[in-house]
Amino acid sequence: MTSLSSPGPDLRTGAADLLPPRSQRGVVGWMRENLFSNWLNTAITLLLAYFLVRWISGFVDWAFVNAIWSVPGNNTTACREARGIGACWALINEKHRFILFGTYTYEEQWRPLIACALFIALYVVSAMKRFWNKWLMAIWAVGLVAIGVLMWGGVFGLTHVSQERWGGLPITLILSTFGIVGAFPLAILLALGRRSTGMPAIKALCVVFIELIRGVPLISILFMASVMFPLFLPDGLNIDKLLRAQVAIILFAAAYLAEVIRGGLQAIPKGQGEAADALGLSYWNKTLFIILPQALRIVIPPMVNTFIGMFKDTSLVLIIGIYDILNAAKTSIIEPAWQGFGVEAYIAVATLYFFFCFAMSKYSQKLEVDLNRGMRR
Amino acid sequence: MSVLRTLALGTALTVAGFGAAHAQAPASPIFDAVKARGTLVCGVNTGLAGFAQPDSQGVWRGLDVDACRAVAIAMFNDATKVRYVPLTAQQRFTAVQSGEVDMMPRNTTWTFQRDVQLGLDFVGTNFYDGQGFMVKKSLGVNSAKELNGATICVQPGTTTELNLTDYFRANNMRFTAVVIERQEEVNAAFFAGRCDSLTTDVSGLASTRASQGAQANDYVILPEVISKEPLAITVRQGDSKWSDLVRWTFFAMLEAEELGLTAANIDSMANSENPAIRRFLGATGDLGQMLGVDNRWAYNIIKTVGNFGESFERNITPLGLPRGVNNLWTKGGLMYSPPLR
Repeated sequence: MTSLSSPGPDLRTGAADLLPPRSQRGVVGWMRENLFSNWLNTAITLLLAYFLVRWISGFVDWAFVNAIWSVPGNNTTACREARGIGACWALINEKHRFILFGTYTYEEQWRPLIACALFIALYVVSAMKRFWNKWLMAIWAVGLVAIGVLMWGGVFGLTHVSQERWGGLPITLILSTFGIVGAFPLAILLALGRRSTGMPAIKALCVVFIELIRGVPLISILFMASVMFPLFLPDGLNIDKLLRAQVAIILFAAAYLAEVIRGGLQAIPKGQGEAADALGLSYWNKTLFIILPQALRIVIPPMVNTFIGMFKDTSLVLIIGIYDILNAAKTSIIEPAWQGFGVEAYIAVATLYFFFCFAMSKYSQKLEVDLNRGMRR
Repeated sequence: MSVLRTLALGTALTVAGFGAAHAQAPASPIFDAVKARGTLVCGVNTGLAGFAQPDSQGVWRGLDVDACRAVAIAMFNDATKVRYVPLTAQQRFTAVQSGEVDMMPRNTTWTFQRDVQLGLDFVGTNFYDGQGFMVKKSLGVNSAKELNGATICVQPGTTTELNLTDYFRANNMRFTAVVIERQEEVNAAFFAGRCDSLTTDVSGLASTRASQGAQANDYVILPEVISKEPLAITVRQGDSKWSDLVRWTFFAMLEAEELGLTAANIDSMANSENPAIRRFLGATGDLGQMLGVDNRWAYNIIKTVGNFGESFERNITPLGLPRGVNNLWTKGGLMYSPPLR
C-alpha cells in the first residue's frame, strides 16, 4: 500500500533542510546554549546582567540625564551641587578650545583646526589603495608643508606662532605622525643591520643602539633630551624643546619597530633569499623586492600594536612641559573654579584617543586580510 | 639619581666656567640677547592656580606671569613680547643654566644651596609661602599644637614631609602619615576623610580649599606656618645688568604700591610734586637710563600691569588667600623695596 499523500515529513527533501526547533536557533537558541545552559550559568548571567543594567543606567543618568551642559560665566556652583549625580560637561564647553589647541593664539585657532583636518585627510588618503603610488609621497610632502605653514605662519599674511604656544591635538598628531614616519625607515635599517653577517661593526652598532634604547623607559629618554642635552650644547645654542622630544620619540619607536621587523625577516624562509641570489639580484634589490614585502606583511599586527602604543606614549611629553592633548586637559582643571572635574576632562580625552586607536586597529585588520589574500586557502 | 645629579651639576659648573671665560666679550650677554631678539623668554610653572596658568583662551595669567610681563614692558614697552616656556620642577634649573629662558619666576624656593651652587641668581621674593595645616572645621582644632596623634595626609619625598616630621618631633607630638605620591590624590584623600589634616604650602592649601566651592567654609587653615618658603624670581648668574633690571622691575611694582600709584591713577599723578613719585615716573632723574631702558619704564609697567598689590588681588586673592606676610612692610608684611633713587 502506497500513499503519496501520507502525512509526515517529506523524506525526499532530506533532514538537512529541516530547521532545528525554534528553541534551539536564533538569539534564543544562542542564549540557551551559552548563557542559560545550567543553573550556575543562569545565576551568573542574571547577576552580571543586573550589574550591567544598573551600571549603564547609572552612567546614562550621570552622563546625559542629570548632566550640566553649561554654566553662566565661570560660576560652577551648579556643577558642584550636581557632583556625583550629574556630569559637568560645562567644563568641556568652556575649555574645549584649550584642550584641543592649548595656548595657541585664540583668534588663530582655525589654523591648528585645519592642520588636524589635514593630518586626518593624509591618514585617510594613505589608507586607500588607489593612492599607493609615487604620488603619495608628493601628497604627503604638500600636506606637511601646508601643515607647517599653518602652524608656524609668518608667510601669506599669517602671523607667526612659535612652537611654545602649540598645544593640544596638533601636538599629539605631530609627535606620533613624525614619530612613526621617522622611525619606520630607521627601524628597517636597524633590523637589516642587526641581521647582517658580513659587517660585524654595523651589526654591533645596531645591537647596541636597540638594546640601549629598549633598556630604558621612554620617560628617561625624554628626560635626557630635555634636561641633560641642553647642558652639553655650547652657550647660546638652543634646540627647540618640541624638536628634542620629537627626536627622542623617533629613536625610541625605531628601536621597538626594529625588533618587530626583525621578527618578520626571520620568518621568511631562507630559500627566498637564496632564489633571489640565484637570479643575480643585488643585495638591495633582493631586500626591497623579495624579502621586505613579505616580511612587513607578516608583521602588520605587531607593527600596528607598536604604532598604537607610540600614539599613546606621546602623552608622556607632559613631564617636559609640552601641552599635548592629555596634558592640556589636565591643565584645564587647575583653575580653582574648575578644580575637581577631572573625570569629565579625562573622559573627553579618552574618547579622542579611542577614536584614533580604534581606527588604526580596524584598518590594520582590513589591511591584513587584503594583503594576505594570496596566502588563504 | 644621585649620579645623574652630580653629572648635571658638574656640567652646570663647566658651563658656568665657560661663561666666566667668555665674560670679557659682551658685558651683559643676557640683556643684549633679549634686546636683539625682541622677545623675553620666561620660564613659568606648567600650571599652578594663581601663579601661572593658561586660561580658557590659552592666555597665561598669574602673579609669576605678571612678573614676566613687567620685564617685557621695561625692555620693549609691550607686555605681549613674552614667550612663556612651561617648565616642570625637574627641568627648571637646567632651563635657566643653559640659557633656554631669560628669567624664571616659577614659585621656586630661594635656598642657600640653589643660590650658591646652581649658577643661578635669585633677584627677589615675589611670594612668601610656608607650610601649613588644613583641618575640617567640625574637628574643633584651632592650632597645629592640638594635632597630637592626628593622621596627616602628605606628599612623600618633599621637604614638606621632612618639615612635618621635624615640627612634630620638636613639639613632642606623634602623628600617623598617609603618604600618597600625587598632590591631587593627597587632596582627594583628605576630602574623602582618610586623614584629619592635610599639609602642604599655605598657598596650595588655600587654592585646594577654594576649589571646594560652597563647602570651602567646612575647612579651616590653621594659623601656624612651620617652614619658610620664599618663592623667588631667578635669572642666570653672571649678568648683573640683567639681574639688576629684573630685580628693580619687581621693586618698582612694590614701590608703586607704597607710593599709592595704581594703573588707574598713575596718569593723574603726572603733575605730582612728590619727588619720589616724580623720580618714579621718570619726570626727574634718569633711573630708567641707568638700567639701560626707557626712562618711563616704571610708568609703563604700572600703567599696564599695575602695582604689586593689584597683581596680587587679581591673581592670588581669588584663591581665598589673605595678603598676610605678603603685604607691604608698612602694613605689617615683608614686602619691602629699597628706595628708587
